[in-house]
Amino acid sequence: MSDMIKVGMADLNVCTSPNVITTLGLGSCVGIVLHDPIRKIAGMVHVMLPDSKKILNNENKAKFADTGIDALILEMTKIGADRRGLIAKIAGGAQMFAFSSNNEMMRIGDRNVEATKLKLQQLGIVIKAEDTGANYGRTIEFYPETGMLLIKSVGKEKKLI
Amino acid sequence: MSQIDLNKLDNMQYDVLREIGNIGAGNATTALSQMINAKIDMKVPKVDLLEFKELSEIVGGAENLVVGILFALQGNIDGMMMFMMDIQASRHLVELLIGNEYGNGSGEFSEMELSALNEIGNIIAGAYLSSLSSLTNMLITSSVPYMAIDMAGAILSVPAIEFGKIGDKALLIQTEFGDEERSVNGYFILIPTLESYGEILSSLGL
Repeated sequence: MSDMIKVGMADLNVCTSPNVITTLGLGSCVGIVLHDPIRKIAGMVHVMLPDSKKILNNENKAKFADTGIDALILEMTKIGADRRGLIAKIAGGAQMFAFSSNNEMMRIGDRNVEATKLKLQQLGIVIKAEDTGANYGRTIEFYPETGMLLIKSVGKEKKLI
Repeated sequence: MSQIDLNKLDNMQYDVLREIGNIGAGNATTALSQMINAKIDMKVPKVDLLEFKELSEIVGGAENLVVGILFALQGNIDGMMMFMMDIQASRHLVELLIGNEYGNGSGEFSEMELSALNEIGNIIAGAYLSSLSSLTNMLITSSVPYMAIDMAGAILSVPAIEFGKIGDKALLIQTEFGDEERSVNGYFILIPTLESYGEILSSLGL
């Protein structure tokens, strides 16, 4: 019997096979999955904002793409994941409302995705698959056993990446 | 200008924000009632400061399908305002407003129904904001409505992110309203920037 481990908004958690890790209703936030395929250990963080350095109130590391990924790697290595063997899959970063203005506040989804990619690149972690952008919400489930990420959206076919 | 820390609101500030929610939602309900020409009752709004994790739970879970109508605020205060209700409540309101002969039978909203929903959002937000504006003596204008129909978690991520810039909690004003047959739940989320919070409260003498 496998458990479904939930990750909330601005939250992170780790998971080992045969359990499954999930986050519900990703909008402009980005869900980042890191996976150690050999030890079948996965971690997921649900980040809301791109950069902790631009915000005064930054104690919650899981809220930001930059500190969230660092914190997730730390948690994963604690349960035995190999830092050098990690690969990434990312989803989310949608623009939920079709704003006409190019206000910075409205482009937050794109900026979250950009910051996530930059951070992963700096750490030398390869992004194996992504489903980002567009204008709809996503629920994601990751299976550490197979390394597959299931993406569910309203009125759309399920996607496995 | 006072600096506000959302995590350290005192009772007085909390009461004022609740009262703003109360007056705003009251006016919005009256406007809605006039529009559909029926009596609508409103319950006393609940004002909650919620953790992001709890935010989507109150609207029936992160995956619950909802309609969200968002407005960008300008003028003396900056920020956003969102009106959100679940899909059944939205359908009920649309039917009260234009009847059910415009539906396309697919369970999804037709063009006409979407347009009616936008208008409902417009009127509700307009009434809400004009009462806030006259209460605080501040000029507040709103953008055209932007609507999305999706999972509650995804829609709430937009205001949550704005709150995320200033803290780890979001201020939610929840209003339940309804007619004699059934009640519908609507949620107002007012998201001023941190500076605007200070300005709202100081305009009221706090």
